[in-house]
Amino acid sequence: MSTDTTVQPPAPGKKLNRIGLEPLAYRGGKTTLCAGCGHNAITERIIESFFELGIDPTQVIKLSGIGCSSKAPAYFLSSAHGFNSVHGRMPSVATGAVVANRTMIAVGVSGDGDTGAIGIGQFVHLMRRNLPIVYIIEDNGCYGLTKGQFSPTADLGSTLKTGVVNDLPPIDACALAIELGASFVARSFSGDPKQLKAILKAAISHRGTAMIDVISPCVTFNDHEGSTKSYSYVKDHDEPLADVSFVPFFEQVTAEYDPGATIAVTLHNGSKIVLRKMAEDYQPTDKMSALRLLHETMSRGEYATGILYIEPDKQDFIDLLGITDEPLATLPEAKTRPGKAVLDEIMDTFQ
Amino acid sequence: MSVTASAVQETIPQARTARVVNDFAIQVATVNGSGSQTANLVLLRAIFQMGVPVSGKNMFPSNIAGLPTWYTIRASSKGYIGRKKEVDFLVAMNPETAREDVLTLPRGAAAVYDEPLKLKDLRSDVVFYPVPFDKLITPITHDAKLRRLVRNMIYDGVLAKLLSIDMAQMERALRKQLGKKEKAIALNLSALTAGYEYAEATLPKLDPFVIEPMNKTHGMILLEGNAAAAIGCMMAGVTFVSWYPITPSSSLCESLIDYLKKYRKDPETGKATYAVIQAEDEIAALGMVIGASWVGARAMTSTSGPGISLMAEFAGLGYYTEVPAVIFDIQRVGPSTGLPTRTAQQDILSAAVLSHGDTKHPLLLPSSVSECYSMAMDAFDLAERLQTPVFVMSDLDLGMNTWMSYPLEYPKKPIDRGKRLDEATLERIGEFARYRDVDGDGIPYRTVPGDGMPAYFARGSGHNETAQYSERADDYANNLDRLARKFETARTLVPKPEIDLVRGARIGVIAYGTTHWAIVESRDQLKAEHGLDLSYLRLRAFPFTPEVFDFIDRCDRVYLVEQNRDAQMLSLLQMECTPAQFAKLGSIRHYIGLPIDGRSVTTELLKHEEEERAR
Ligand SMILES: Cc1ncc(C[n+]2csc(CCOP(=O)(O)OP(=O)(O)O)c2C)c(N)n1
Ligand code: SF4
Repeated sequence: MSTDTTVQPPAPGKKLNRIGLEPLAYRGGKTTLCAGCGHNAITERIIESFFELGIDPTQVIKLSGIGCSSKAPAYFLSSAHGFNSVHGRMPSVATGAVVANRTMIAVGVSGDGDTGAIGIGQFVHLMRRNLPIVYIIEDNGCYGLTKGQFSPTADLGSTLKTGVVNDLPPIDACALAIELGASFVARSFSGDPKQLKAILKAAISHRGTAMIDVISPCVTFNDHEGSTKSYSYVKDHDEPLADVSFVPFFEQVTAEYDPGATIAVTLHNGSKIVLRKMAEDYQPTDKMSALRLLHETMSRGEYATGILYIEPDKQDFIDLLGITDEPLATLPEAKTRPGKAVLDEIMDTFQ
Repeated sequence: MSVTASAVQETIPQARTARVVNDFAIQVATVNGSGSQTANLVLLRAIFQMGVPVSGKNMFPSNIAGLPTWYTIRASSKGYIGRKKEVDFLVAMNPETAREDVLTLPRGAAAVYDEPLKLKDLRSDVVFYPVPFDKLITPITHDAKLRRLVRNMIYDGVLAKLLSIDMAQMERALRKQLGKKEKAIALNLSALTAGYEYAEATLPKLDPFVIEPMNKTHGMILLEGNAAAAIGCMMAGVTFVSWYPITPSSSLCESLIDYLKKYRKDPETGKATYAVIQAEDEIAALGMVIGASWVGARAMTSTSGPGISLMAEFAGLGYYTEVPAVIFDIQRVGPSTGLPTRTAQQDILSAAVLSHGDTKHPLLLPSSVSECYSMAMDAFDLAERLQTPVFVMSDLDLGMNTWMSYPLEYPKKPIDRGKRLDEATLERIGEFARYRDVDGDGIPYRTVPGDGMPAYFARGSGHNETAQYSERADDYANNLDRLARKFETARTLVPKPEIDLVRGARIGVIAYGTTHWAIVESRDQLKAEHGLDLSYLRLRAFPFTPEVFDFIDRCDRVYLVEQNRDAQMLSLLQMECTPAQFAKLGSIRHYIGLPIDGRSVTTELLKHEEEERAR
């Protein structure tokens, strides 16, 4: 599988990836979330994705807001720096970090309350900037950490455990992200490991904002009858748009595919996403059809999952800023403090 | 001007007959958006070029066009550059305020006014000079828009004649102000000359005010505090800026953007060695700064009171995650529509403890444009050395007004990036623990993503020495105690106060920021008029250094003078005083939206002293 010949032969029984690391190197602290929480499943997929892509975990930064979901970065990639920031404000911290060190791969984890309520403003502006980051919303339609209140992604008419009915329409983070300029927008389900992992790998390999809304049931507060974010409801209403497979740049595309029924997208690093269509009018490179599909499935009470929209060549925020290739964070004094002649020149203008 | 200054009654000076040379204030009353700024700055600069100490203060409304604006130029042979309350020479261009502007003039003042305003019968104790601006501007240009813009140059010409300001200096100042715009220069010059010639032909000199050449501004420059701070940030090696526009802070980031564009391109690649992001609000601005700083950039933001309020939660996060941040607060009156374009020192308390929980932040307190510059550099070094947010508390008066200064000096010290863990240090200390006090100064070692050193997980106050999540009582308390130790280290690193202990003086004054300029003048007044000597300490930072307490010990009584209602700095000081020191402290406050003036301090201090004697 690996094309990297410098890799040490694996010790018997141990699986190593293309940079010679074992899966353990991608794990984090022990989870403190409830057993069965969707967020834990997402953490597992993140670990597998980074392992399988053979990315050096010390080249990753993990960021989050506040919530059960936002605790997740502590549970993967322990050798990566992490920042559990404040409620709803992960996007700004991530923006500063990514701009200050453009060589890092950034993963942001948020909740539907963290993003959809208190953090909607920062979410909007991160999407608009097309900041290179994998932005994951672990979406359970409620506030887990504060014990089960509705969040802004709760569907109209869904109920709390106490029977309280949600009488406001939901915010669709995917539709918003597409509208705002994110260049990779997907929806997935924590209960669909295969699809989620393929999407995560594609997102990590994409350049620009990769926003994934992962429906992630809260087993403690929102997994009952009447909830539209319960395991059983989502299983019944999951409408995959395509079968997603991801072929990293270091692997060959082997399978034959029918160009009529398949869409292949090549990413900036040469990796390929192969999408075997399941929905007829699925056109993930077209903004209008992506939005139409979302609205139509939503009005049927279904979750269209898969890569909803992708624009692989869109200029990202780093390009736009025109900054040095060397990270701003490590520029030496010689490059950041102008010489005396500059100060003299400026002083002359005030004479 | 419709504002009465402070609680202090003004005494109207006697009608003057003797010549008043280089010691008076000119006030131009216009409508904002009328393009008077060029004319005002030309006047200011010409006086400055004649060697006469001068200061300019703009009092403007929160509005783009159509509301009254007053620009005051003070010439002072003694070099006083604080505000002076009395206006000696008025230029009344605004029909809406002209009456009141004239009625509030002291006896013996002079007023140039737009002839149709018919002001001269309002007072018999003021000298009036009517000028037909519209008639004079007609032959200069046919373009109505240009007429409106250069019309103001006419009063510059009139004043040049009446006050004997050298026309050659006026022209030089005009060229300086307009740069290479030859057409505009020509047009303005004809308006200037028209005014001069009109005054020469029609207006006999009846007032006592004149400008005569001196040599007191030699080698000096004129600039605004925000420009100086921007230069300081660039020289401090800033690599990341995030900001949200707000008066009176915007011009800091806007000047910084201009300087960075010009001087901070990588010579080899032409790419920027910095990033500037206009954030969606001040919460995001500080969030971005913290993110950038966390990965190792030299990061800053600039704002004013309303932004400070929004930054509260992140300021606390910066304090507990121990991430550096430089935050400029160009203070103004607030909140929202509460005189947003007027000056104040009203954010002292809120900035010092910004956020929830036990938080304390170092504050730097610049008084002058040169300190806006040097403290910008200090702030970056301190923020990285102490791994904490540091606030630079400027104000509208300092940030946006034009001040005289000696040229800013090239930094003597190299940039300080603080305690970064490297191979050698790791070897020496044995093991990395992000929040361990290895050196006994409360400052731990820090690593950043991509530096090849061990990673850590940054989060709020719930962590132990090794940055692991912890809710243990001892972990929490130990961390808080170490942070308190770190604050004690800050006390040894922040700029020390400037102290002038006068032998035999029993009374002391403490002030900070722009209040300084009023103190300089008030001390001279008290000495000259009442034979009263005052010792003086100018605070330059919070936390307070031992010199401050020593100063209080050496005085019988100490007045802390500041520009807010609630004696905010005094409250901070009282928290750290002994009972004996506490008992000596008095307060003088000034909170009218206008810069504090020396006379108000003098009057108020004498009143307090009288009460003291009566007791
Ligand atoms: C400023 C602020 N307000 C409120 C809270 C309390 N709070 C903590 S987590 C949370 C909601 C989290 O919900 P969500 O983002 O959906 O994450 P989940 O716990 O469901 O994964 C709230 C309101 C807070 N931490 N900060
Ligand atoms: S409360 Fe809900 S969201 Fe939080 S950990 Fe438990 S299951 Fe997950």
